[in-house]
Amino acid sequence: MRRLPSLHQWLFGRQRDEQWPLVLGQRRIFIVPTAAGMLFALVLLVMLIGAINYDLSLGHALIFLLAGLGLVAMVHSFHNLFGLRLTPGRADATFVGDLARFPLLLENPRRQQRRALELSFSAQPMVAVDLPAEGSVTVALPCLAQRRGRLDPGRVTLATRYPLGLFRAWSYIHPSWSCIVYPKPLQTPLPPASPANTADHRQGDSGQEDFAGLRPRQLSDPTRHIAWKAVARRSDEQALLVKQFAGGASDELWLDWSLTPPDRGSEDRLSILAGWIMLADEGQACYGLRLPGQQIAPATGSAQRASCLQALALYETGETRDAA
Amino acid sequence: MRLRPPQTIDQAAVPWLLAVALATASPHAEHLPPWLSLLFGAAVLWRLWLWWQRRPLPPRWCLALLVLGALAAIAWQYRSLLGRDSGVAMLALFMALKPLEMKTRRDALVVVMLGFFLLLTHYFYSQSIPTGLWLLASCTLLTAALIRLHGGAQPLAAIVRQAGLLLLQATPFMLILYLLFPRVSGPLWGLPQDAHAGRSGLSSEMAPGSISSLILSGAIAFRSHFAGETPEKADLYWRGPVLDAYDGLTWRVSALAAALPRKAPVVESRGAQYSYTSIIEAHNQRWLLALDVATSLPAGAMQAPTLEVLAREPLRARSRFSFASSVDYHANRAESAAILQQSLSLPAAINPRARALADRWKSRPPARIADAVLSMFRNEDFHYTLRPPLLGADAVDEFLFGTRRGFCEHYASAFVFLLRAAGVPARVVAGYQGGEVNPVDGYLIVRQSDAHAWAEVWLAGEGWVRYDPTAAVAPSRIEQGIVAALPEGEPLPGIVGLDADWLRQLRYRWEAANNTWNQWVLGYNPQRQREILSRFGMPNPDWQSMSTALAALCGVALLLVTVWTLPRRRRVDPAQRAWQRYCVALARRGVTRAAWEGPLAFANRVAVERPQLAALTSEAARCYAALRYGRGDSEQLLVLQECVHRLPARWRKSA
Repeated sequence: MRRLPSLHQWLFGRQRDEQWPLVLGQRRIFIVPTAAGMLFALVLLVMLIGAINYDLSLGHALIFLLAGLGLVAMVHSFHNLFGLRLTPGRADATFVGDLARFPLLLENPRRQQRRALELSFSAQPMVAVDLPAEGSVTVALPCLAQRRGRLDPGRVTLATRYPLGLFRAWSYIHPSWSCIVYPKPLQTPLPPASPANTADHRQGDSGQEDFAGLRPRQLSDPTRHIAWKAVARRSDEQALLVKQFAGGASDELWLDWSLTPPDRGSEDRLSILAGWIMLADEGQACYGLRLPGQQIAPATGSAQRASCLQALALYETGETRDAA
Repeated sequence: MRLRPPQTIDQAAVPWLLAVALATASPHAEHLPPWLSLLFGAAVLWRLWLWWQRRPLPPRWCLALLVLGALAAIAWQYRSLLGRDSGVAMLALFMALKPLEMKTRRDALVVVMLGFFLLLTHYFYSQSIPTGLWLLASCTLLTAALIRLHGGAQPLAAIVRQAGLLLLQATPFMLILYLLFPRVSGPLWGLPQDAHAGRSGLSSEMAPGSISSLILSGAIAFRSHFAGETPEKADLYWRGPVLDAYDGLTWRVSALAAALPRKAPVVESRGAQYSYTSIIEAHNQRWLLALDVATSLPAGAMQAPTLEVLAREPLRARSRFSFASSVDYHANRAESAAILQQSLSLPAAINPRARALADRWKSRPPARIADAVLSMFRNEDFHYTLRPPLLGADAVDEFLFGTRRGFCEHYASAFVFLLRAAGVPARVVAGYQGGEVNPVDGYLIVRQSDAHAWAEVWLAGEGWVRYDPTAAVAPSRIEQGIVAALPEGEPLPGIVGLDADWLRQLRYRWEAANNTWNQWVLGYNPQRQREILSRFGMPNPDWQSMSTALAALCGVALLLVTVWTLPRRRRVDPAQRAWQRYCVALARRGVTRAAWEGPLAFANRVAVERPQLAALTSEAARCYAALRYGRGDSEQLLVLQECVHRLPARWRKSA
């Protein structure tokens, strides 16, 4: 029994797959009879005994034909997976309690269609898909996001019972997949905004309040709008980038950890912050985020929302947030 | 892409399963009780209606009541639930009701498996060519239903094509298994009483009317194929049971022959020997209907003291036997006293007039007595008919002196009675006389309508001599067959009556096809398997060598099917192939093209990382880009293909 784990390791492997696209070869495809296959074998055995007992020559022929059918079905189940090309895609971030969807591109280089491919993460909902001949399909593999942080969905089981359901062929695919799971937003009223007091701020100067993105610098742009950080990050680009601002005058909004009720647990406080971010983003407010030990400068737009939510997602998980 | 719980059955698959139920069970309507057929039809229609209206299925208790009620009715109908026919009825019942509680894919699978089982049961009743074809079609339907269950919705033609392809690929396995699977001759255990019901043929007794009912059947009793020439029709007496005990009404096989010590009869052949092979239909008796009289027996058979050939077991399946026979012979010139005694015994005090007639002949030599009886039949007003008047207690008297109308059983019975009464040992032999050669395959076909009874008389110095009193009355019965012998206006027995020439030709062809089918498909038993395998170079096949060959051949077939279904490589465009070769060669030299990298971008990167390869790579990339995306010509293709050979050898890459 002690050797069994190593057998399991040898059979199914544990390493993540790195080479993409992954082409399913015979080393990766496993096949065993299903319960229906066992029942089929049992029925054939009983039929054989009956045919022998009653001396039914044609009965023998029928049973042998069905036995041949079983063998052929095994080959077909195997071929339904064999040679399939798989490429994983990037999963979008999601909230706790929602389904994260991991895209996987399935390509069928063969001239026959492949039917009834069933894909799932372990203990997650299953997706069934048919692949046309020489065609491709992208499936979004669902995985329930249960905890805040970085979600590793584990390996994908790609299985098929086609054509007759007598055999189940399957393969494991283990891409280096992950997806950011934001805390579940909790709906609470926003904290009061405080007037902005940065040197740059000038009331009513439209076009300079809300950060709306980056664009190449034109000669007329003031130098203080140059996004030096962004320029430093993208050293290959020749053009300088400037921050663009949009919208009318609004107060600066700091979503601060210390403003959340201290009597709640830290997960609840993160949820409250997430709810604030969603509200502020809906109202197109300019907001910043303060967490113990880190701070995100006020800005607006979806990039701000993503980086703030990500900061919440990765808070105290031992991971730093992506440089994005 | 669809998300659904895997267990529930796709509603659109329901008609497939109803079709499975219909295809597998409906041919049984012929032998199921009518109420069950009606119940079956009603259940299928009910399910179809529920599906059409998208109504919920009936509650479980309702179905349970139905099942219990129907089971009770089956038990009452067949007096048992264990027999073969009641088993089939139960299967049909389950097949009718299972779709009514079919909710999950597992239920649907049970329906299909039941269908496979029901398919087998058809062979209890018929193993003919049409049954085989019907079952092949049903098998395709069942396979298609499985594909529909597991593969989702597809066009009907695509599903059926896929099912046909699977069955086609399964056929080699069927042939291999059929030839090589070590055959066991059944039965493995005692069969239920109805296992061999409805098999007709001669019986071990000749009661009034027993042969005439047989004569009305056109069914084939056996077929024979002679190695050399076929004997004259008048010599074709196929010996069945020897009936030497008479109780005034019925002739029977006496218990004597079985009680005697096993002593082979002595047969001296006086003329040509005929070798032939007979394929005898199952008749549930031991006798093997050899041509009178057999001189060489098939293995496992024995010759009874009364000269008929017996198998060890009753013939429960169509079987092949090879014999040699002589039609001119002396048999048992030295006969045991017990048999002669049995061949003289008559019940006391019946048929006084016949006894008185025989008494008058007693002084003559035995052969003259037999001739006297024959000439009486020939010269007096006796008639051959299949519809004789009924006879009373003194049957022989009434026949000889009253009705004078009858067929072989009356004449043979009266003849033997007269001879025994005159003190000459005689007995009745039942069997078949004649036969018809099928010009298509040269087989002699003997039908139940050729059933016959004749007499045998023991003459000192000659042994048993055959006398056929029917031939004295109706010589054409022996020379041409029963149709010629029957008077005008009498209904002709069964299929024999078909006289139109084209119909006869058609029948010959059909029967020749059936014969081939019977021999190669149905008659493939352990013995035939050994014969055929030794012809294929397995001189002494035992189950080990058969299993070895079986496994090896199945492995080869599996390999072939695997290769056949192997995904075909997409035809790669030659430019792309050449470019890939070049990139692989570069990868070995340390520059790997990323999957997303276009040819020109890659060439730029190579120029940075490996300046010495820059010129060549950029040339290759330009050729490839022109071929793939622009208007490249064959010259550029050649250049591209050459590029890989122009790469510097690998050991110089560090230079």
